[in-house]
Amino acid sequence: MSIILNGNNVDHQEGVNTVEQLLSHYHLENRIVVVEVNKEIVMKENYKTMSLSHGDVVEIIHFVGGG
Amino acid sequence: MLKIADRTFRSRLLLGTGKYPSFDIQKKAVEVSEAEILTFAVRRMNIFSEEQPNFLEQLDLSKYTLLPNTAGAKTAEEAVRIAKLAKASGLCDMIKVEIIGDDRTLLPDPVETLKASEMLLEKGFIVLPYTSDDVVLARRLEELGVHAVMPGASPIGSGKGIINPLNLKFIIEQSSIPVIIDAGIGSPKDVAFAMELGADGVLLNTAVSGAKDPVKMAQAMKLAIEAGRLGFEAGRIEEKEYAVASSPTTGMVTS
Repeated sequence: MSIILNGNNVDHQEGVNTVEQLLSHYHLENRIVVVEVNKEIVMKENYKTMSLSHGDVVEIIHFVGGG
Repeated sequence: MLKIADRTFRSRLLLGTGKYPSFDIQKKAVEVSEAEILTFAVRRMNIFSEEQPNFLEQLDLSKYTLLPNTAGAKTAEEAVRIAKLAKASGLCDMIKVEIIGDDRTLLPDPVETLKASEMLLEKGFIVLPYTSDDVVLARRLEELGVHAVMPGASPIGSGKGIINPLNLKFIIEQSSIPVIIDAGIGSPKDVAFAMELGADGVLLNTAVSGAKDPVKMAQAMKLAIEAGRLGFEAGRIEEKEYAVASSPTTGMVTS
């Protein structure tokens, strides 16, 4: 299954079917992030149930230094 | 005390978190500044490259109020999207509306700023718009119900200080919400000046992060905030055209 993740086309092997699995694939489960799928924010409580489909546009966002 | 919406803060200094030479220096500068409100930007995570430390994740979040900005947005819709992403972190409900309308001067787009502020207020955000020093715009924003207005002193990162004190004074006089002078601050004298004008606070970043010694400058800014505020509260003397002697003019020791 391929998705567009932070602007990059990426292919994932089996086992990356939900937002929760995607975050753990990139070792982000304990980081402060916000996830958006097809421009809709996914709330934390839905990470487990929110499944990803081929072609989804996913953004993983965080806070950086700024003024 | 600085009061924004239902929150009160001891410090009137709001500090940006961009462009410090190192995390260590940044941590010390933040600590020394005694700022309680820190600004951040919202960005895509760099998930494909080597892990970089994240400043926010190293902070004791119980001690600070996060003020994410919408920098990068050019329209009200983009600003609202960024604000919603920031709020979804569960760490903040305050937002600095920052919609740049001109790439060279980084001056804000007043029309989009007004529009975004209205949309964000409807969604229940605590809204602090970064605006130009336009007096009528500041009033229109207050009428919408924003929780503070943040007029710029001069262009972002320019360090030119306060270039239109008259407009800032007009905004301060007419406002019943906090007025926070944001952007363009260069040195402690600008901060003291802003506070003497009667500003409720100052938001700055580069003036500290870009200083030769950011930690020392953070302390200088803290003191300038306090000195300026005390000076404002104390009520300065009237300016006069000619000298007025401070020493008694009688009982002179003369021949």
